[in-house]
Amino acid sequence: MRLTALIAKRLVRLALVLLCVALVSFGLMMASPIDPIDAYLGPQMAQVSPEQRALIAQRWGFDESAAIQFGHWLRQLVSGDLGWSHVYNQPVSEVIGQRFQRSIILLGSAWLLSALLGFSLGVAAGAKEGSKLDNAISTYAFITASTPAFWLAILAVLLFSVTLGWTPTCCAGPTGILSQEVTLLSRLHHLVLPVTTLALLGIATITLHTRARMLELMRSAVATHAFAQGASRLDVAWRHGLRHASLPAMTLAFASLGELFGGSILIEQVFAYPGLGQATVAAGLRSDVPLLLGIALFTALFVSVGNLIADSLYAVIDPRIQSGGL
Amino acid sequence: MLTIDQLSLQLPVYASWWKREWTTCLDKLSLHFSAGEVHAVVGASGAGKSLLAYAMMGLLPTPARLNGQLYYQGSPLDRPRQRQLRGRELALIPQSLNALDPLVRTQRQVAWAAQRSGQPSKSARHAAQLALDHYQLDARAQQAYAHELSGGMARRVLTAMAHVSQAQLVIADEPSVGLDPHQRQRVLAALRELADQGKTVILITHDLRHALPIADRVTIMRHGKQVETAAASAFQGNGDSLTAVYSQALWQALPDNSFSIRGTRKAQQDIQKEANVA
Repeated sequence: MRLTALIAKRLVRLALVLLCVALVSFGLMMASPIDPIDAYLGPQMAQVSPEQRALIAQRWGFDESAAIQFGHWLRQLVSGDLGWSHVYNQPVSEVIGQRFQRSIILLGSAWLLSALLGFSLGVAAGAKEGSKLDNAISTYAFITASTPAFWLAILAVLLFSVTLGWTPTCCAGPTGILSQEVTLLSRLHHLVLPVTTLALLGIATITLHTRARMLELMRSAVATHAFAQGASRLDVAWRHGLRHASLPAMTLAFASLGELFGGSILIEQVFAYPGLGQATVAAGLRSDVPLLLGIALFTALFVSVGNLIADSLYAVIDPRIQSGGL
Repeated sequence: MLTIDQLSLQLPVYASWWKREWTTCLDKLSLHFSAGEVHAVVGASGAGKSLLAYAMMGLLPTPARLNGQLYYQGSPLDRPRQRQLRGRELALIPQSLNALDPLVRTQRQVAWAAQRSGQPSKSARHAAQLALDHYQLDARAQQAYAHELSGGMARRVLTAMAHVSQAQLVIADEPSVGLDPHQRQRVLAALRELADQGKTVILITHDLRHALPIADRVTIMRHGKQVETAAASAFQGNGDSLTAVYSQALWQALPDNSFSIRGTRKAQQDIQKEANVA
């Protein structure tokens, strides 16, 4: 009973979050200076008469008020239809589905890499404050934490793709080949650079937070007591440190899902990787309202679920935290 | 068993962030702890009792100036030897209940303590079980996390962790703080029992009254200095067999002795004079 109530509460909250996201995104699109019809017509704009424009506007429902348009969209959403993307000339759900398949590989591997590597580096650095290893890791983390991801991405393309020629400069596969025919090896080859640059961003923050928690623990009464029992520094870091440091690392890893999405928009743009991030930019620039709303909802759902998982895992690791509160 | 010779300790104090001064926390202490005795170290808060414990264990913070010598079973006890003996020969029951890891179940923490004292993991688990049973921690307490234990239970867990290591020298830092009389009795009786097994127990406390029933000898400390070391039996009657005015005053100030510090102001002056001479 308590569990069902809890799940119901969480679901209602999630629905409210999604509604707010949809409202705000819709409002922003309405305020956008880009006219969807101009964006749709492109250079052919000059050859279209005002009557024809009015016809397009009527067909797409742009002649009605914003509130009614939103109402239409919402009604369709409830019946399971996300609408039609005029940029890709496909149903929005299909565009998101295809794009997400490519993005999730990029996002997922970058996320895993940054969480695991960030955590390990943080623990290693925090286990002995002021050691050479600690200094090296901290310096690295501070530098990468203050480096913009897109700039790093541009530098990476310049060095590894253009100068050295180790990695391809663009896309998810070689140009001129159908996406079904791209080999796994080639796919991975195209992923290396985007994943690395995207992960570098996450590693630094997770490292710094994990290290801070480790330092705190190594100075605590728990560590002193363990030393009094004859434990080595490695023993204390391994048995006590890992548990304690995993709390901030995990919260951060799940909370940074949103940041990762934001980072992927820039990274996909720089590497011309045909993922969800690139679709977001296209939808925004060409005023594709249904697609943008769809992506916004999908991203919000993804991030919320991530936070939900973090909340639940928290209670598993730290017995002092009782799950159940809103 | 453990001999302290002219031990002095200084710790840095920052008057301002660039100005470091050294404050003397322990001042030329010379003590001897023998096997089979409970030796109480008694003093007011800030007398340096816990620092003495950390100095013996080798757990002092890094910027500390330590002078003098420690000898364990006849040979010098330096930092490397302390590191080697910690958990095996030397055990500490810490003052703070925060010393228990809040994220690890009781049973497992006790087993870790046994492992760290050099027992292989299988027999360590067995030893932990025996120790937990010995201190009457039931199955629920064994599976509990630190925040689910009462103060008395947590104390007994800490004692069990020192017990399980089979160390020959056990330092108990304020083990009876915050306990009701019954629980306190149990914790103190457990320490007496360790001494009766031939181990050395150093009982650090601010409460002379609780130390006396189980202690063989008592060292009184004040402001990092050793005021007097006397047999527990010297604390009786008017305390006339005690040599230092401060220890006499401490003894006479106990409720059982009707708080009878004779001529309080005079006593204060005498204590001050005594400290100046030392």
